[in-house]
Amino acid sequence: MGWFEPKAEKPKIPPAKALWAICPKCKSHMDKAVWKKNNCICPKCNYHGRLSARERIAQVADEGTFAEVFREVSYSDHLKFHDATGDYKSKVEATIAKTGENESVVMGTCEIGGHKAMLGVMDFAFMGGSLGSGTGERIARACEQAIAERRPLVIFSASGGARMHEGILSLMQMAKTSAAIGRLKDAGLPYISVLTDPTTGGVSASYAMLGDINVTEPKALIGFAGRRVIENTIHQKLPDDFQSAEYLEKHGFIDKIVERAEMKAFIAKMLG
Amino acid sequence: MATKKAAKTAKTAMDCVKIARDAKRPHVWDFINGICDDFEELHGDRLVNDDAGMVAGFGTVTGGGAEYKVLVLGHHKGASVEENMASNFGMVNPDGYRKAMRLAKLAERFRNPIVTFVDTPGAYPGREAEERGQAEAIAKSLEFFAGLRTPVVVVVTGEGGSGGALAIAVGDKVLMMENAVYSVISPEGCAGILWRDGAKAPEAAEALKITAPDLLRLGAIDEIVKEPAGGAHKNGRAAVAAVKKSVLAALKELVKLPPDELVERRYAKIRAYGNFYK
Ligand SMILES: [Zn+2]
Repeated sequence: MGWFEPKAEKPKIPPAKALWAICPKCKSHMDKAVWKKNNCICPKCNYHGRLSARERIAQVADEGTFAEVFREVSYSDHLKFHDATGDYKSKVEATIAKTGENESVVMGTCEIGGHKAMLGVMDFAFMGGSLGSGTGERIARACEQAIAERRPLVIFSASGGARMHEGILSLMQMAKTSAAIGRLKDAGLPYISVLTDPTTGGVSASYAMLGDINVTEPKALIGFAGRRVIENTIHQKLPDDFQSAEYLEKHGFIDKIVERAEMKAFIAKMLG
Repeated sequence: MATKKAAKTAKTAMDCVKIARDAKRPHVWDFINGICDDFEELHGDRLVNDDAGMVAGFGTVTGGGAEYKVLVLGHHKGASVEENMASNFGMVNPDGYRKAMRLAKLAERFRNPIVTFVDTPGAYPGREAEERGQAEAIAKSLEFFAGLRTPVVVVVTGEGGSGGALAIAVGDKVLMMENAVYSVISPEGCAGILWRDGAKAPEAAEALKITAPDLLRLGAIDEIVKEPAGGAHKNGRAAVAAVKKSVLAALKELVKLPPDELVERRYAKIRAYGNFYK
């Protein structure tokens, strides 16, 4: 039995690409509506995909409590930076038009499960979530306002690292944000850092890794140096789960991997 | 206008990168031996390792009628192939940053000022570095040095390579040698990403603004230390002497400050980095 059964054909990559979502981790294809309905979580491998800052805020802040702050802080093309693909200014302006955000982190006061907090959420769609002067300034101001109003701080990170279009001042935001977080802790307030996919480079090497509690979502990419840079340096094959949330938890840098559906309750519990 | 003076100073950013990387430039041990009288190196992070890429130890700096017992921290690129290999060309592992913090904490306890020498292509990119928390080690260093209750004088002597440099470059006075460079990413790395061509490094170096005069203008450093004619690699002794003079002046000013004021001033300085209005 079974020898002459017609074999199911391998599913072809559908031509109407726009209707399909492809999981970046396990490469399975699914209807975009399915992906969205599942809160951008892969039904096959449980990879927790990227959300916009606004989607994330809606899932974490108690309804109607989020009040955005520091929107007057944005970017400055102070180096008049341009490269082979164009100038920084046009790139940011295009990003602003596309995302509706004017920096890579959205900051605001809110309540989470009835507990007051200062909440910052990064948006990877904004220049790869890169850390610019405006990003650093919003985070530093958030720490200071949090101290003044006795609010715990919660930051969801999603970033490829420092924004090189802003040169040395983007690097200095690593120092600025870390110094401000230090002050928040000295003032006796807790800081919960949620490292979402991906959190790498200068953001992982500053405020994202400084949480009193560091949490992440399943399969998130978290690391300092890029996988390819490392492979080119040490000429060695890296494990498949290298720099994954699970790998970081195993090595002791993450307190807990939390499913998206449980994240709000987890944060509320930590704040409570 | 091609005046004689303009021609003399028309050095490109990439020229500076080459000079900053010149192996004949004074390196960390030249500074230590030229500045300290009785340096004693100390080893280890008390956790897993001793990172040869980060030199640490106590010594005395004497001059201008004063004497300072200081902790010295510095990236160690190495002066020979063996040393280069042992210290990963000054690319520090988490263990090196943790060693630096351990000894800085000790310096703080006894009010010893700290002098750091920055010269690294960047933090070490490796499997074990990631496993032992490279990101966490750098992040913690930034937070730690920002709040440290003892003076920190930073000297960028060669290559200030991104987060790996910044981890020991948060301080009260940031000096930078005339031909040193300091950047968020290497020109080659930046060119590879934004130009998709590593050979466009000279363009990237120009665009990133990484030379001492540019960084002074941007407020990222506090003072430029002039180098002898032709550059520090032509006359190491004179270059080290110039650095010693600036370090002594910085120490003289900083040791007078009470710790609370010192930390407030340092925070205000770090807090001011940035440019964020359209
Ligand atoms: Zn998947």
